[in-house]
Amino acid sequence: MPRLPKLPSPPVPGPLKAPPPRPGEGNGAVGPLEEAKEAGITVVDWVDERTSLSGAGRWLMFRKVPKGTNWFYTLGSATMFAFLSQAVTGVFLAMYYRPDPSGGAYESIRHVTNDVFLGQFVRGMHKWGSSVMVILVFLHMGRTFFFGAYKYPRELNWVIGVVLLILTMTMSFTGYLLPFDQRAYWATIVGVNINGTGPLIGPYLSDFLRGGSEFGATTLSRFYAIHMLLVPGLLAALIGAHLYLVAKLGTTAPPWLKAEKRAELHEAEV
Amino acid sequence: MNKREKEAYLRDYAILKAKGKPFFPYAVAKDGAMACVVMAVIITMSLVLGAELGSKANPTTTTYVPRPEWYFFFLFEVLRVIKPPSLVPLATIGVPTLAMILLFLLPFYDRGPERRPERRPIATVTGIVVIAAMAFLTYEGANAGSPTAIEMPTPAHVVKAGGATLGEYEAGKLVVAQSGCLACHKIGENGNSGPGPDLTHIASRLPRQGIARTLVNPTAPMPSFKNLPPQKFKSVVEFLSQLK
Repeated sequence: MPRLPKLPSPPVPGPLKAPPPRPGEGNGAVGPLEEAKEAGITVVDWVDERTSLSGAGRWLMFRKVPKGTNWFYTLGSATMFAFLSQAVTGVFLAMYYRPDPSGGAYESIRHVTNDVFLGQFVRGMHKWGSSVMVILVFLHMGRTFFFGAYKYPRELNWVIGVVLLILTMTMSFTGYLLPFDQRAYWATIVGVNINGTGPLIGPYLSDFLRGGSEFGATTLSRFYAIHMLLVPGLLAALIGAHLYLVAKLGTTAPPWLKAEKRAELHEAEV
Repeated sequence: MNKREKEAYLRDYAILKAKGKPFFPYAVAKDGAMACVVMAVIITMSLVLGAELGSKANPTTTTYVPRPEWYFFFLFEVLRVIKPPSLVPLATIGVPTLAMILLFLLPFYDRGPERRPERRPIATVTGIVVIAAMAFLTYEGANAGSPTAIEMPTPAHVVKAGGATLGEYEAGKLVVAQSGCLACHKIGENGNSGPGPDLTHIASRLPRQGIARTLVNPTAPMPSFKNLPPQKFKSVVEFLSQLK
């Protein structure tokens, strides 16, 4: 049947017209897509009304980053990503690990490596991820150093960064013992003894690490607690502080940008 | 930086920042791409290199040569190169502590306003030298043997004898280095001068049989080496009885 052309609607006096949809409200016929959108907005609004987090989010995500920031500026976030990867793989390893020096530790790692589904893969990611993280930390520090990014007003962030470097090294030192194979055991004995030769706090530090004057049963659980509770907590907190300061003070501009701007000004004056 | 320079920096930076792009999505996209690269590298390394597990820790072994993770090789090498016992604390803790303090305080003694690397020759050159030194030490540490390796000139009469004697001498030197003898004995410039006696001229005080007997049945706290494989034991005796 041929369709009839639609007739124009008859003129309606103003007061009888349906009011146009107000911004932010649905447009009469609401599809499931719009409903889902509305629901999302409602949830975000509900949370925001009680926390006022949206301002902080906007401040963090939509802050301006100076022009000319290149790939060197991604090293910091890459380091944080390596840390996240270590955290996730570490949680899975901790599900199987037993800090028992009389054979349980070695046996649990052997079990993860040989029997558990994808166990060797996850352990490999954790092991090599630590190397990747250390390399990224040093590259990030090199960028900061050569670009003079540690200067006013970012001195404090440099200091936090050095603490993060030390904590990363502590992680790799304490993690090295956990598989409790020959390599782990002897390298850690040597490492703790080296600590013991330090001035003033050296002997106390190595006694603390060993849990006594001899390498004994408590040493492994101490290293385990330091490796998976103490240092990761500190790392996460200080990464938060590091990021806050980056957002607060702004990403540094590449050092040569300033000089170019000066040259332009100079030409304009002449 | 004085107050004027600080204000000039803040002003310049504010202009540069205002001319910039928002963090999201521009910087986030780059960071995300980099995160994918990092993930790919970690996964590839895990798949290709795997995670080996050595033999179970055995506190009674005496011949294991400890090696740290590769990124501690530079410290390891400093320890290996500096032999005199009076300097060892300096090497193990002194140098790293000093380096750490210098690193911590960097923004407080380098206060110049200049940021371009080519206009900060001292900082840039120092940075390159430090990186080169660490790379060199890491490389050396990777190729070095144990921190307890014995470095001393081979006695002339052993070199002259050559052949089997020289071979035994070298083999024995290696076993002694790996057996932890240097923890208590001094040989030449190597090892600690106590609690065990100095072994630099041991052969002029003890005959060959005496050395062998002491190794099998020592005075406490020295461990007995009677469980060494016979070939290694013979090498150790041969090496020590050449130290006149």
